[in-house]
Amino acid sequence: MIIMCLAIPAKIIEIHGDDAKVDFGEGVLREVNISLVNANTDEYVLVHAGYAIQVIDEKEAQETLKLWTEILEMENPTA
Amino acid sequence: MVNFRSPELAKQVAGHLKGIAPKFPVKFCHVCGTHEWTVTHFGLRSVLPEMVEVVAGPGCPVCVLPAAEIDEAVKLALEGVTVATFGDVLRVPGSSLSLAEARSRGGDVRIVYGIHDAVKMAIEEPEREFVFFSIGFETTAPLTASEILKGPPDNLSFLISHRLIPPAMELLLGIGDLHIDGFIAPGHVSTIIGLKSYEIFPSAYNMPVVVAGFEPLDILFAIDMLLQQINNGVAKLENEYNRVVKPEGNEKALRHIQQVFNVVDGRWRGLGRLPLSAFALKSKFEKWDSRKKHKIKVGVGRDILPGCQCHLIMIGKINPIDCPLYMSICTPESPKGPCMVSIEGSCRIWSKHGIDTHKT
Ligand code: SF4
Repeated sequence: MIIMCLAIPAKIIEIHGDDAKVDFGEGVLREVNISLVNANTDEYVLVHAGYAIQVIDEKEAQETLKLWTEILEMENPTA
Repeated sequence: MVNFRSPELAKQVAGHLKGIAPKFPVKFCHVCGTHEWTVTHFGLRSVLPEMVEVVAGPGCPVCVLPAAEIDEAVKLALEGVTVATFGDVLRVPGSSLSLAEARSRGGDVRIVYGIHDAVKMAIEEPEREFVFFSIGFETTAPLTASEILKGPPDNLSFLISHRLIPPAMELLLGIGDLHIDGFIAPGHVSTIIGLKSYEIFPSAYNMPVVVAGFEPLDILFAIDMLLQQINNGVAKLENEYNRVVKPEGNEKALRHIQQVFNVVDGRWRGLGRLPLSAFALKSKFEKWDSRKKHKIKVGVGRDILPGCQCHLIMIGKINPIDCPLYMSICTPESPKGPCMVSIEGSCRIWSKHGIDTHKT
């Protein structure tokens, strides 16, 4: 069942035109429309109701976690 | 893929939150059913400092649909039009019937995963008349806009019931006794609209806003950022979810929205009419507008059944457990209000997690 605000990450396996085959993990494959994003194979996209709505920036994700880990270690050295 | 669920890191953030929590109570409001799910499912309220409360605003798109708009879909279904929509809408009460009840009375109501399924059905069954009941916030609206721009088949029209989140956030700030100290803004709505629409909150209301993702760490980081703003005496718009949300949003999706929809006043269930809070099809596309094509006329509708407190749940004024009907007369099996029907409704989420005490 679709949760309306929810978008689920999926990896692009192959692209044909406006559509792409994506992998939601654990072998769940689906065709989704990727016409609203500029995505390449092997990138992760957020899928909402059959459409990719954004590409997930993996580098930015790593940066965010790294930054928080640093902040927390600095302010909370014993934790 | 990078994971935002590390329990070790979550514990560290929780420790940090305790260290920076103010001595006075603060209340943060999110406006997204999926945020409520994350907060509840991962028991985040139980790791927050005593003084920090997180409440749910009107973030469940199915819950905020006024009964009158369900009535429109029900009327069409009973008149022999096939109504295609998302599964979560089916059991939401209209003034007298839900779509599920219309179906048991012979109406053709079909559940689809997305709008493309409705387009496919209409192409495959050209002799039938189809309506796609298009609901959801800014995340869902561009998908409908894109299909309309492609020129859908003539036997398909659209019952547009989209709503916009920033006007609902603004409504909350006008309710004097809610005392919200900061917003956790919805990541996927923001994926489409970007950051600009939230600027009004820090600038006109001195209200901190942090756009957040949907993993437990996202929410904890966002709360940390809000607390830091409060401690520093500032109100800013910040983006915790920058791996997905760009300041400009999804420009192509926004362009499609602007091409297809006008922003109009919209009614919200139990909350009344909010200025500039809904989308309506531009007249250029009126041949696909179900309201014009099928000349639907319904009354004002009855939004809240006697005893149901959904209108207070949806503004974060009370919690589900404060409703006397919660889990007594009103259960997921026999829901009395939309907040118990929708999987994004607070009552439903709390009940599915077996919550009957105050802190989760
Ligand atoms: S528990 Fe049921 S009756 Fe009470 S507010 Fe929630 S949906 Fe309405």
